[in-house]
Amino acid sequence: MTETSRAVLEATGITKTFGNHTALRNVDIAFRAGEVHALLGENGAGKSTLIKILTGAYTLEQGTIRLDGEPVSFSTPLQAQALGIGTVYQEVNLLPNMTVMDNLFIGRQPRRFGLVDKRTMERQAREILAKYGLDIDVRAELSTYSVAVQQIIAIARAVELSGKVLILDEPTASLDAAEVEKLFDIVRRLRDRGLAIVFITHFLDQVFALSDRVTVLRNGQLIGTRPISDINRTELVKMMLGKDLALHHGDILAEESEVGETLMSFRGYGLKGKVQPLDLDIHKGEVIGVAGLLGSGRTEMARVLFGIDAADSGRLSIDGRETTVRSPRDAVELGFGFCPEDRKLDGIFGDLSVRENIVIAMQARLGWFRALSRDEQLEIAGNYIEALDIRTASAELPVKLLSGGNQQKVILARWLATDPRFLILDEPTRGIDVGAHAEIVRMISRLREDGLALVVISSELDEVVSYSSRVVVMRDRAIAAELHGADINVQRIVETIAGNETAPAEAHP
Amino acid sequence: MNPRYRPLVATTIIFIVAYVICVSQYPGMWSTRVLGNFLTDNAFLGIAAVGATFVIISGGIDLSVGAVIGLTGVITAIMITRFGIHPMVVFPVVLVLAALFGAAMGAVIHFLRVPPFIVTLAGMFLARGLASVLTQDSIPIDHDFYRLVSSLYYKLPGGGRLSAIGLTMLLTFAVCGFIAHKTRFGSYVYAIGGNGVSAALMGVPVGQTTVAIYALSSFLGGLSGIVYSLYTSAGYPLAAVGIELDSIAAVVIGGTLLTGGYGFVFGTLIGVMLQGLVQTYIVFDGTLSSWWTKIAIGFLLFMFILLQNLVFNSQGPSRLRKGPA
Repeated sequence: MTETSRAVLEATGITKTFGNHTALRNVDIAFRAGEVHALLGENGAGKSTLIKILTGAYTLEQGTIRLDGEPVSFSTPLQAQALGIGTVYQEVNLLPNMTVMDNLFIGRQPRRFGLVDKRTMERQAREILAKYGLDIDVRAELSTYSVAVQQIIAIARAVELSGKVLILDEPTASLDAAEVEKLFDIVRRLRDRGLAIVFITHFLDQVFALSDRVTVLRNGQLIGTRPISDINRTELVKMMLGKDLALHHGDILAEESEVGETLMSFRGYGLKGKVQPLDLDIHKGEVIGVAGLLGSGRTEMARVLFGIDAADSGRLSIDGRETTVRSPRDAVELGFGFCPEDRKLDGIFGDLSVRENIVIAMQARLGWFRALSRDEQLEIAGNYIEALDIRTASAELPVKLLSGGNQQKVILARWLATDPRFLILDEPTRGIDVGAHAEIVRMISRLREDGLALVVISSELDEVVSYSSRVVVMRDRAIAAELHGADINVQRIVETIAGNETAPAEAHP
Repeated sequence: MNPRYRPLVATTIIFIVAYVICVSQYPGMWSTRVLGNFLTDNAFLGIAAVGATFVIISGGIDLSVGAVIGLTGVITAIMITRFGIHPMVVFPVVLVLAALFGAAMGAVIHFLRVPPFIVTLAGMFLARGLASVLTQDSIPIDHDFYRLVSSLYYKLPGGGRLSAIGLTMLLTFAVCGFIAHKTRFGSYVYAIGGNGVSAALMGVPVGQTTVAIYALSSFLGGLSGIVYSLYTSAGYPLAAVGIELDSIAAVVIGGTLLTGGYGFVFGTLIGVMLQGLVQTYIVFDGTLSSWWTKIAIGFLLFMFILLQNLVFNSQGPSRLRKGPA
């Protein structure tokens, strides 16, 4: 772990563009033997693009990759594997329908007289897994074992095949604490054997527990590489979110919190494995900002609140009456609306017109037998196009032709048309230009003034600060703290995310 | 018990129970004579179904088999009767042609990424159309070699006859069962059916294997066509219409998962035998319409798909993982 230990895999000047979008800009990174190197960054930071280039899934366009000092190029993951770079993905990329030994050996099964030599294969498979402290029936199907065991088998395969660099892409995402510990033991042992290990995760605890060095990417750019001993949590979060805190003193403080009467209260509301039980009161005319790193449970919370993943514990009362939300249909019935994080995937119907996209939730609420006439639809759509200033040539344009900001407004219009009481916005300003940003932020404030209750999830902390009447900080799939009044500033939020509470955070009201 | 054996065991039990019921009603069905006829009458279906087993385990489908049987039958008949070529020369030529036809379909499926359903549907029309252009009528094959092969049989104890074509089918099952479970190629077929993306990332030669799978299926279609021409002593362009669907039914009843990844060649043999059993029962009964066979097969198929759903859905979510995030 000294500065002199050699770089096994070194990438310099890596640039990758997709169309006119630059995913990676001139990134330099070096991975050393006998070292665990954490790679961090929020969504869209360029982590996965970088990994895909290093593993041969994307072709290298600009820059050089050196392995043991020699320039290399590969165009398929297979070639990268053969050269010594093995990868284990979050979703185990093995064959669940085949035996453990097949999974370890497929593509290079030992043969005798042209036939697969199962006896040799079984013996070798046992030997390999013994090195990882795994004593299992290698003739059993892979799917009969837990994800943790499958993960170890995937690591064993990658190490056997490649043996120089091991890339772990969010390996702990679906493991419990004991399994994570076991996995870490294995990773440490591999590190001590001299492998260069690249570790991608969203959990800061794990970064500090396992890695020797950490590299942060943001918006496709290298922010920095530091030894883990030289950095603390707050600094790391700042690097990831890109906040220069000195500039943010004297931010506009949010409005008086908890305006209006209580609309709904969630008690012990959670879903096993997704969101730990949480208590949350939401008032009329209030914007609750939700901050937290990727993987902190913020999107999961939104999905549970809206019933996409129905909660399995807790109670919900609205206007003092107990009720349940088992599906998005129930949620819409109760006057909820939800603008998801990934517009293109979950939000818009790209080939349908702006008009159809706007009226669809309203139509769904009316049911099958009360179809809106075309004129009614046009009128509703026209109203919202005007009210939200949606820039479209006509209401009949397919919505995929609109810019990101305008698509976002179409989705917002869709929910506003259902006359909701409660709106959940997940990353409403992601991927839209700066001008549209400000407009969306203004719109959120206007909706609040109209008496709507909103939950807004965002990683743009400046925005969170500017519109929230209360900020909920998520960490490790639970609410870590609720910030009120003067506590709502970027510095305080960053510290809470990092988990260094300088002052005790206020408990839930 | 490993849940993946359950459909196979279920099929085998159902076959035994059904056979016992048949024998209790018509004791005449308990004889090697009936068994021998069973094998002879279903030889062409069995051979085609072996090919379908590989295709379905790999997650694909082959609709062209019936048409390939018709086409190879016609080509065989024309080469023997019009050109006077000896069948022992004709057979290898026809088999190679069939394999090339399948390889071409496999190449289109893999390299042009066209769904197998469409490609083999086109293959079906091509082969059936070509057969009908070559001749509209049935071409009788009157050749010493054909008479010789038809008269060959192994006498089973109890007076039954294991004919040459029945034996061919059993050999096909044995050889292909061996290929499926003992060779690298076999393991690649299962790997592609389990998850093609993962398989490719793990170093399975997906392209080569896909081409080989469809080549094998058409090769067996060609073999089945030859067997059919021996069985009927003729080549007919409209022979074996719909056999591809019967063979898919046999494969699924035999415990192979229609979405790929799980299955056994041996199970397909039971699936074919079960279909043959229903037919034989109807022949013995004498009053039922032969269409009752289809109704029985439809019922069995439905039951097995339900059974597979129960078995594989109870296995947990890990089967559902596909591809990198």
